[in-house]
Amino acid sequence: MASSDGAVDDASRIRREIEALKNERSDIDRQISDLETQLRGLQSKTEVVHNDGLAAHGLSPDLIYRHSRHLMLPSFGVQGQSKLSKSSVLVVGAGGLGSPALLYLAACGLGKIGIVDHDVVELNNLHRQVIHSEEYIGSPKVESAAAACLKINSTVLITKHQEALRTTNALDIVSKYDIVIDATDNAPSRYLINDCCVVLGKPLVSGAAIGMEGQLTVYNYKGGPCYRCLFPLPPPTTACQRCSDSGVLGVVPGIIGCLQALEAIKIASSVGEPLSGRMLLLDSLSTKIRIVKIRGRSSQCEVCGENSFFTPQHFKGFDYEKFTQTPLSVAPVKLSLLTPDFRITAKEYKQRIVQGEAHVLVDVRPEHHFKIVSLPNALNIPLTMIEQRVGDISSALKEKQPNSSGSSPHLYVVCRRGNDSQRAVQLLHKLGFVAARDIIGGIESWAREVDPKFPTY
Amino acid sequence: MQLTLEFGGGLELLCDSVKVHDVKVDGGDEKKMSMKNLLHWVRTNLIKERPEMFMKGDTVRPGILVLVNDCDWELSGQLETVLEDKDVIVFISTLHGG
Repeated sequence: MASSDGAVDDASRIRREIEALKNERSDIDRQISDLETQLRGLQSKTEVVHNDGLAAHGLSPDLIYRHSRHLMLPSFGVQGQSKLSKSSVLVVGAGGLGSPALLYLAACGLGKIGIVDHDVVELNNLHRQVIHSEEYIGSPKVESAAAACLKINSTVLITKHQEALRTTNALDIVSKYDIVIDATDNAPSRYLINDCCVVLGKPLVSGAAIGMEGQLTVYNYKGGPCYRCLFPLPPPTTACQRCSDSGVLGVVPGIIGCLQALEAIKIASSVGEPLSGRMLLLDSLSTKIRIVKIRGRSSQCEVCGENSFFTPQHFKGFDYEKFTQTPLSVAPVKLSLLTPDFRITAKEYKQRIVQGEAHVLVDVRPEHHFKIVSLPNALNIPLTMIEQRVGDISSALKEKQPNSSGSSPHLYVVCRRGNDSQRAVQLLHKLGFVAARDIIGGIESWAREVDPKFPTY
Repeated sequence: MQLTLEFGGGLELLCDSVKVHDVKVDGGDEKKMSMKNLLHWVRTNLIKERPEMFMKGDTVRPGILVLVNDCDWELSGQLETVLEDKDVIVFISTLHGG
């Protein structure tokens, strides 16, 4: 035992030494790069005298003028700009993260930008997906995003991939670019993009944002960790919040998307130190930005580890939806937990109101959702509170007069889309409200089938 | 010993939506405490609902990053990490949204 403990100690000491040496090396690399830039500055001055003002970097007069503020940066300069102009970045997702990332990438002078998105622009995207505008509502996001990019910079080459990234098309698409930005919004896509980048050896700039928080890191960069080194197993599906369910402050993905553009630009121009082996955590509520050190590449990683044999063929055959238990498509799930006897449609419910049926309607959405909009006379008891507030339901039912037919007042349950209402009805049945029924499709179906002016969110 | 525990990425919802907890933890006879013991302490004392969203078996559930003094706990020995007075431990759930 003692000898194996000793070996572990030795290994961790050696790892620390390697890490320290690597840091020294990157410092030296940066110094070399700075000196090279200085040297180029001197050389170009002398060249200018000799060749009538045409410099060797190949940037046209228009491009020199357009990117002059980049060129004047000593740490970036002509070399950085020239590298940018020869580099290409693929942005997967033209949503909250992809919007600002694409705008800055289009402006910065990259050679080629690819945009992947299968979705169309919706009104409730615009508070954060700032690349899109009202005139594009209903149009594909790739069309809207490409048009906005070209408005800023007509010289950049933009390729539109109007499709979701899947195992069938990812290798083909990703292989055409130098750097990938993950600006997607779901777990299976994140694993899929990571694995594809590992297989093809592409650095991956990964960002995420929800609520008031954001995260950023660079994966698979020069021997650094990949997404699977950090998260070998997918989280339970209940831990994967979506902006469409949990909300997001628009500027938060904006900040993370800008940082993704920054990291991509640094990698493309070989300037600075990309955020590899480190992760940025943004808590916008308290304005705290934390940069933490994360593990290095894991030798046991199933995709990038030393003994891994994850080939393009493995990638093509991998079922990411099954692995994460989450569909790649963004459509919300539709549960079917109840038999038809315990469900009514929004239209039927409307008829019962018109007929004056005595009933109680319980809305089981969280309180802050209920405050946005609710049906007339609904009683708000969030799903998590039902057991505690059983008494409120009983007394609400008692207050109602029996129906003219002599039957006792009915109990209906509604939520946003008709999933939680079914869970609530199951619970209510157990609690003794054996006739409780839910409204199929929630207030969204009410808005669709009964009252088109009813707000949705 | 005095520890600062922080929850983020939605994990704060499991402890009454409070993100930062300054706590006094008793390490028993010894003055030091391992992460393994701390996890059980957190589960017993701070997690108010759905403990399965915090732990799986003896460790945190997949998708949670644990940081000890701004450093991934993988680098300090994971469950065996020995904590010291005034350490800051962050539990953060990975985000997928965008």
